[in-house]
Amino acid sequence: MSLNKIFSTVAVFMVTLLSGAAAALADGIYKAKPDQLGFMEPATEVMRDIVSFHNGLLIMCIGVTLFVMVLMIYIFIKFNAKANPTPSKTTHHTGLEVVWTILPIVILLIIAVPSFRLLYLSDVIPEADLTVKVVGSQWYWSYEYPDHDDFSFDSIMLSDEEAAAAGHPRLLGTDTHMVVPVNKTVRMIITANDVIHAWAIPAFGVKIDAVPGKLNETWFRAEREGMYYGQCSELCGKDHGFMPIMVEVVSEEKYNAWIAMAREEYATNKTDNLTRVAMLPAQQ
Amino acid sequence: MGSEAHGIPTGWRRWVLSTNHKDIGTMYLIFAILAGIIGGAMSGLMRGELMEPGIDFLTNFTGGDVEAAKHFFNVLTTGHGLIMVFFMVMPALIGGFGNWFVPLMIGAPDMAFPRMNNISFWLLPAAIALLVISIFVEGSTYPGVGTGWTVYAPLSTSGHGGPAVDLAIFSLHLAGASSILGAINFICTIFNMRAPGMTLHKMPLFVWSVLVTVFLLLLSLPVFAGAITMLLTDRNFDTYFFDAAGGGDPLLYQHLFWFFGHPEVYVLILPGFGLVSHIISTFSRKPIFGYLGMAYAMVAIGVVGFVVWAHHMYTVGMDVDTKAYFTAATMVIAVPTGIKIFSWLATMWGGSIKFETPMLFALGMIFLFTIGGVTGVVLANAGVDTAMHDTYYVVAHFHYTMSMGALFSIFAGWYYWIGKMSGKPYPQFISKLHFWVTFVGVNVIFFPQHFLGLAGMPRRIPDYPDAYHLWNYVSTVGYAITGFGTLVFLVGVYMTLRSKERVGDNQWGEGATTLEWTLSSPPPFHQFNELPRIK
Repeated sequence: MSLNKIFSTVAVFMVTLLSGAAAALADGIYKAKPDQLGFMEPATEVMRDIVSFHNGLLIMCIGVTLFVMVLMIYIFIKFNAKANPTPSKTTHHTGLEVVWTILPIVILLIIAVPSFRLLYLSDVIPEADLTVKVVGSQWYWSYEYPDHDDFSFDSIMLSDEEAAAAGHPRLLGTDTHMVVPVNKTVRMIITANDVIHAWAIPAFGVKIDAVPGKLNETWFRAEREGMYYGQCSELCGKDHGFMPIMVEVVSEEKYNAWIAMAREEYATNKTDNLTRVAMLPAQQ
Repeated sequence: MGSEAHGIPTGWRRWVLSTNHKDIGTMYLIFAILAGIIGGAMSGLMRGELMEPGIDFLTNFTGGDVEAAKHFFNVLTTGHGLIMVFFMVMPALIGGFGNWFVPLMIGAPDMAFPRMNNISFWLLPAAIALLVISIFVEGSTYPGVGTGWTVYAPLSTSGHGGPAVDLAIFSLHLAGASSILGAINFICTIFNMRAPGMTLHKMPLFVWSVLVTVFLLLLSLPVFAGAITMLLTDRNFDTYFFDAAGGGDPLLYQHLFWFFGHPEVYVLILPGFGLVSHIISTFSRKPIFGYLGMAYAMVAIGVVGFVVWAHHMYTVGMDVDTKAYFTAATMVIAVPTGIKIFSWLATMWGGSIKFETPMLFALGMIFLFTIGGVTGVVLANAGVDTAMHDTYYVVAHFHYTMSMGALFSIFAGWYYWIGKMSGKPYPQFISKLHFWVTFVGVNVIFFPQHFLGLAGMPRRIPDYPDAYHLWNYVSTVGYAITGFGTLVFLVGVYMTLRSKERVGDNQWGEGATTLEWTLSSPPPFHQFNELPRIK
């Protein structure tokens, strides 16, 4: 590692500590960057809140850790056998014990307020502009658009060569992908066909398990156009690491054009939801 | 003391048929070291694969088959987790140090049920044998169990057709039975065999910690045994406990698993808490600060530990109010944990501290466990956990509490008591080298994993997007450092056992006040023929 790289790493580290997030990407591609230390650049209000709440927590973490560290170093200097040959016999101090019980409680209460606000913001689903259904299978995702005649398509990872050719990062590119309009509330309905998977887009602050036999719900409202990448986040077998998620956020016009195209393109894939539910995994 | 009512068995009979708590404790420790080497080697294979992007390391073990290597990686994560939890940390802390020192510390001649103690131990080699066999029989297409240590259904039922998962379940049944029997033994010993005058409130904190631990085991393991038995019947006898198609629920398994799994992580760390208390007190030459607070903090951690399990399941689609409850309950645990950290610091305050090797490991444990603790408070918040769940942030968090918390306390206990157990001193330089190399190594492994997790790298993947390369590389370098540290440890063990020197009854001087230091080193085959009286 060159000196330059060390400096840039340290610089990124400082920036991360201060801002909690790496700098925004100019090209509209939302994925982890090399040497990244913090969260990805948020693209939704929920993720922005997660990042800022986490920044607060990080300050708490660093504060507590530094406090313990400084106390320990002070103790090592002041109370080592050379500096302090005769140990004291103190074994109790009720006041002190009350303080170090009450103080953490106060800190936790301070944490709890924004924590619950964030939880209810992210978990209570607002009125949706459109609904997309996702089904996880070993090892790919399928998307269905119930608002548009239920067309559906499978989204399968590209090989390293295909990804490079298509301009996607290795292991993150898929052949087809979910498309949603910008600044619209998207309700996601998620389930799985075989084993448990988890659908996650870090930049949206969204992660929800796809459980066979259960319909899970989540939502997001992407504020910026671009390509967003995520990965399956629940161990689902051999190719768990190889079923990426790609969501493209586009303008309303582009979205309508894509819908028109997709209705044609994927019309033959139309699935009967009832059949799907009935087809949930049978014992093998 | 030490007069023998009957002869000491020799040869294989002494060990295989042993009813002596010290011999059984020794066997547990040897078992834990061997299992630790296997589990550590498995993590080495994983870190080897993750050092560079692409799958080109584990293929060396699968004849070049990339698909088999992907499954092998999952087999390694599963094996590493199960071995470290059930066959390394628990046998070392509870089976090893617990067996050796609980009777000594309470002034008892042996455990309450010496023969049951024997079977508790000998179930373990059988259990680990089943787990090792499972690696070589069919799992899903390829050999081995690739479900993770959590064995979630349906990946462990319909997702793994071969007999590997069945073998792993039997392995866990045996390990669980071993622990339940051990737990009953400790409870009876501690409640009934304390020396006259040793009330519960005069009991050494290590004994307190083991008492709380074994209650956790006794209450949680039967639930686990039930859950994995249901997995077994789902797999083989057409039941549908965890299969939605037959009216079951995959999430039921997760609730049952974590009802056991969360107390289990306190099982791993509480004996370490007890141990560290003694070591801090001994080397500060001061009695422990806030003894009662320390004891009841552990009881509180144990009790609250039973009502926080679903914080492992924030993303399964639980009701938002349920998540709010588990957030609040989980954060409560920070309070008794904080009491323990601050009481350790206060024990040292005003003390006359000697930085012997056990003390170094105990201090390392306190500091690193604090880091694992604060990231635990972060993860407790369901809202922010959405971003961290199933990422390397979680891996970093629980290795700071387990790999640095539990493992450092095991090493602290080893150096604290090896003189008592063997009668021989550990080598000074080698043991301190072991500490420093390990301290640097584990931090280089796990600290960068926080960055990977925040940047979104999922757990349990054998290959990763190229952006995650740097910190994975650093992490693997850390593994190499830690691996070297482990070699230094083993050299130290060898040098200790070969040493011609002998240590006295009380190696540590006036700071060491518990009853084991009143006995010879090593203690006689049977001790306390005449019970000590505690004033």
